[in-house]
Amino acid sequence: MSGNAALGEAAVLAGCTCYFGYPITPQNELTEYMAKRVPEAGGIFIQSESEIAAINMVLGASVAGARAMTSSSSPGMSLKQEGISYLAADELPAVVVNMVRGGPGMGNISPAQSDYLQATRGGGHGDYRTIVLAPGSVQELADIVPLAFDLAEAYRNPVIILGDGMLGQMMEPVSFDNIKPPKEYPKDYILTGARGRPSRMVRSLLFDTKEEEEHNWKLFRKYQRMEQNEVRYEKYLVDDAEMIVVAYGIGARIVKGAIKRLRQENLKIGMIRPITLWPFPAKIIRETANRVTDFFVFEMSTGQMIEDVRLALEGKGHIHFYGRPGGVIPTPIELSRVISRHYYQQSHRGKK
Amino acid sequence: MKQVYARPKSLKPAHFHYCPGCGHGIIGRLIVEVIDEMDLREKAICVAPAGCGMLVYNYFDIDTLESAHGRGAAVATGIKRVRPENLVFSYQGDGDLAAIGTAEGFHAANRGEPITIIFVNNGVYGMTGGQMAPTTLSEQVTTTTPSGRNAATAGHPVRICEVFAVLDGTTYLERVAVNKPAAIIKAKKTIAKAFRNQLKGNGFSLVEILSPCPTNWKMSPIDSCRWIDDVMAKQFPLGVIKDVP
Repeated sequence: MSGNAALGEAAVLAGCTCYFGYPITPQNELTEYMAKRVPEAGGIFIQSESEIAAINMVLGASVAGARAMTSSSSPGMSLKQEGISYLAADELPAVVVNMVRGGPGMGNISPAQSDYLQATRGGGHGDYRTIVLAPGSVQELADIVPLAFDLAEAYRNPVIILGDGMLGQMMEPVSFDNIKPPKEYPKDYILTGARGRPSRMVRSLLFDTKEEEEHNWKLFRKYQRMEQNEVRYEKYLVDDAEMIVVAYGIGARIVKGAIKRLRQENLKIGMIRPITLWPFPAKIIRETANRVTDFFVFEMSTGQMIEDVRLALEGKGHIHFYGRPGGVIPTPIELSRVISRHYYQQSHRGKK
Repeated sequence: MKQVYARPKSLKPAHFHYCPGCGHGIIGRLIVEVIDEMDLREKAICVAPAGCGMLVYNYFDIDTLESAHGRGAAVATGIKRVRPENLVFSYQGDGDLAAIGTAEGFHAANRGEPITIIFVNNGVYGMTGGQMAPTTLSEQVTTTTPSGRNAATAGHPVRICEVFAVLDGTTYLERVAVNKPAAIIKAKKTIAKAFRNQLKGNGFSLVEILSPCPTNWKMSPIDSCRWIDDVMAKQFPLGVIKDVP
């Protein structure tokens, strides 16, 4: 099954009853899958007139109490930022998928990781954050979708699934056995018509600056709770490693292949793979820096996550970087060569 | 003693923030009167816009969402699809619907979404201080058309009802005004008809309301009401534009 289709199936099984989308490569398989699957399951599918309309339909469905999702790729994701900011301000749950492609501008339709900063810094206007989940395989993608909906409802906040063109389009075996029926979250904020209760209003306009400031701090405390409770990462051969690669998503998948080759040559390389890009697994990186001095960041961009690695290290250690922007996908052989070159520079430096 | 006039049940005991002579207060009142008379308070969900109409949620005692500027029809679509039993209407101004939100309104209309748009046309961006709107008349002076709207550089006034009328998804479009008692009574009946149209599941409906904005028109309230008949209604003719029962 393709990653895009697996994502769609997992969403339906996780109780997503509303999908709104606008065509853009490389995520069309998801929209097409949902066009058939969601109505079959009794839900709502609309091919919207734009990404802006799609995210606002999600907002409407969400405020009406439904599990709603939209998806896009980089240029379309820029258009959705307005709605994501409103979802965050209104404290409404939603799942938004970005199958990233080369950018900026039109870029191309090849896999890339160049929307990291947009995803992890809020993306739209105002002081807000979204949880960003970055799966690295089709199975992990399917597993992460129900989690995304649960986190969105538990925190009443939009959650971003950040994939890329490769993850969306590659075919892998996938099982949906782990997906349980959706949990019930209290929905005392949704609009249903004021039957037997006072009327409700959902808004983000707070003219009173004190009220707006209070609202911002309230959101901030929620983001702090996310930082405390929702950090997820994978450690791969870290314990004896002399150099740690930090990579995520499909990039980490390629790194794994490279590390397997390097381990055969007895190069002690390990990897920390952030699964939540926000909140970022800064603590484990900082702790690892007590023992390991060298961190190698690989991204399919000119370097965006490297900023978070730097912040995590707080000046400790040495950071190496290799980036392939523009939709280029390096092979494990290419990466293993680059990593080993940096590894030997490091040991050379150690001897001096 | 017989009570002949009272605050509608669906109107909160708040003071309107609108300027003297503004039509929003009348229109808001008409909407809640219709909601009360049709017993829809427990069914109604309002989508408020950005602009002068935004604060209707401070006045309407019904479930209300404030949407981003221009996105009302898309948000209302999401709500109505999830809750088809509810009465879902958006309240939008001319900048909101006829400029930034044209795509959302147009395509909701084209899909025949069974929602109602209450479209307040006062020919200017009121809340931001009286800039040109898509509905500003030719030669009309605004803060961004200081020598009058020039069609050669700023285009022509947009007639939304007529634009939407060509879409097969629309079933009821009517233009009314709130500049004199007879017109206000007519406007109320029109809103009620649009809501009934929606509750019958009869596709998309829109009521366009020509509404005075004395502050930004730089006229007295009385002159503003006259101007609607004498000038504005020439560009935006009142009456039923489309009615497919």
